[in-house]
Amino acid sequence: MKQTPLLRSRRVAPVVAVAAVAALTLAGCSSSSGGKKAEEEAGNASAGKADTPRMTIAMVTHAPSGDTFWDTIRKGAEAAAAKDNIKLIYSNDENAGDQANLVQNAIDQKVDGIAVTLAKPDALKDVVTKAEKAGIPVVGLNAGLGVWKQQGLLSFFGQDEAVSGQALGDKINGTGAKHALCVIQAQGDVNLEERCAGVKKTFSGKTDILYVNGTDMPSVKSTITAKLSQDKSIDEVVTLGAPIALTATQAVSESGSKAKVATFDLNKDLVSAIEKGSIQFAVDQQPYLQGYLAVDSLWLYKNNGNFSGGGEQPVLTGPAFVDKTNVEAVAEFAAKGTR
Amino acid sequence: MTQQAEPAVTAPPAPGPKQSDGRTSQRPLVLRLLARPEVGVFLGAVAVFVFFLIAAPPVREGSAMSNILYQSSTIGIMALPVALLMIGGEFDLSAGVAVISSALTAAMLSYQLSLNVWMGIVLALAMSLAVGFFNGWLLVRTGLPSFLVTLGTFLILQGVNLAVTKLVTGNVATDDISDMDGFGQAKKVFASSFEVGGVSVKITIVYWLVFAALATWVLLRTKYGNWIFAVGGNKESARAVGVPVTFTKISLFMLVGFGAWFVGMHQLFSFNTVQSGEGVGQELIYIAAAVIGGCLLTGGYGSAIGPVFGAFMFGMVQQGIVYAGWNPDWFKAFLGVMLLGATLINLWVQRTATRR
Repeated sequence: MKQTPLLRSRRVAPVVAVAAVAALTLAGCSSSSGGKKAEEEAGNASAGKADTPRMTIAMVTHAPSGDTFWDTIRKGAEAAAAKDNIKLIYSNDENAGDQANLVQNAIDQKVDGIAVTLAKPDALKDVVTKAEKAGIPVVGLNAGLGVWKQQGLLSFFGQDEAVSGQALGDKINGTGAKHALCVIQAQGDVNLEERCAGVKKTFSGKTDILYVNGTDMPSVKSTITAKLSQDKSIDEVVTLGAPIALTATQAVSESGSKAKVATFDLNKDLVSAIEKGSIQFAVDQQPYLQGYLAVDSLWLYKNNGNFSGGGEQPVLTGPAFVDKTNVEAVAEFAAKGTR
Repeated sequence: MTQQAEPAVTAPPAPGPKQSDGRTSQRPLVLRLLARPEVGVFLGAVAVFVFFLIAAPPVREGSAMSNILYQSSTIGIMALPVALLMIGGEFDLSAGVAVISSALTAAMLSYQLSLNVWMGIVLALAMSLAVGFFNGWLLVRTGLPSFLVTLGTFLILQGVNLAVTKLVTGNVATDDISDMDGFGQAKKVFASSFEVGGVSVKITIVYWLVFAALATWVLLRTKYGNWIFAVGGNKESARAVGVPVTFTKISLFMLVGFGAWFVGMHQLFSFNTVQSGEGVGQELIYIAAAVIGGCLLTGGYGSAIGPVFGAFMFGMVQQGIVYAGWNPDWFKAFLGVMLLGATLINLWVQRTATRR
């Protein structure tokens, strides 16, 4: 295109805009509270570094992208990889067929080990067998507690969703709750359904289930508000993820309900909500630990022939309760996004 | 069904002598009214409303209505520019994640640079308008279908939302900005509520109705509104009669950007932090609200008031099912059946009205 003075002056416009923004920033449009400036520099967990030969491990999960919980698993895996001199290839896809393709991709790359989640075990069965035939050790994490042994996995790291649900049900028995609402943010997710089923099993009061659209927070809030005003006898809201729990506390206060909120899974905002008392407690399955142990176990297997859990029992990472009594100890790690 | 551009000013038919040749007989007022794009959806919305008034007793309370309207407003504010864009002959698949992009931009810029929150808000607006401009500009320059252009933007935004958030914050969610300067003010503007007769009403409902009135006025009473119908009806003939097609299309995409910014700010200031994976799938709900509201996917026909009822219908059904206390396993199925049912009423009304 021919250069004209007009065009040249148009090019100048963005530069001027950026300069103006910078000037405004310097001119005192800054915040005196909060923000990065206020964020304290926190040290990262580090346990030295192994001098074993470099190996490559693939972690393939069924996680949706941009989800805090799954990011914590990945951080654990990365920490173990850094310590063990491992190159970690992380990939994820919600769709079971695509997740199987990602495992195939890892096999094709001739990795030294695969850590996989078995949320839809049948869809992954063939490709897991293929990896084992190719001599690649496979461990399971997070989802697949019921099938990992059948499919010949070395070890499994995670929590029994039913057990953790039952533990939560037991715990709210002690708080005098009579009618619980279990909020599922993704209808049809096996893990989430199991948690609510577990709650229902041990909770002595009545348990109702509510489905909400987890990718649209205003709709999550409205739907919980609607349910609380439809049934005023609900005195306990159980959520299955930290962001949902924080939204649920808003719904509770807006609907004028007296219900308390308990949740599965943690994040740093949730920790402060527990400190403030707006959330009773969280059942933590320690996702960081799941990612860390899965990767570390593959390193141990290769370098020392170890089987975590002896190849017979799963290694349970939860349920661990975080409430007002122990939240302080967890807070500093949660602030870094690793707990 | 007519697909022609509507006149900017709906001039009353000249009160001349009665036609006598029988070819252009005056249709009765009721039928003419029913032929308007928003009337079918209005009746559908009324049907759904009455249905839940009977089926779900809690809906009869003011607080429930306020909650339903809140849910509708967060869909409805976005459905308005999406509808205008659709009347202009294009649509935008990136609208759902664009909301989250805007919220992420405001939260991260404010937090990381320790700026006053209002600075973040202004920069997010610039970003949202730029995305809209990019969509429109690429579309006009290349002549590619909007499906392809905005699908590309949708994927880019989805990836950028995640990658940049992770890069900047080290997490996939933004940091809590609720203790920063300007947050309280911004919350008042974007996410406050007020009391009406003892019922707490969300401010988004007011914005929604004001924007809808504004959009209706623009569409029916201004030259720009005329241009929108013209470019959606037939681009070439519109250009031939002097309609600035490029300007109209690009500005419509930027209007969607503005809507995304507005809803994004509401989400940020009512929930304090934003997860980068949210928003996916919402674009279809916005488009659905516009289509249920009587806008044609092919462009050139529709209204701004129709999508208001479309969004209301969506919110009403979604919350009504919960208020009715039906078995939640069937939730999605109920939602689908109710929406199809309401849309069929809409269609039937239109057909009846335009049949001679």
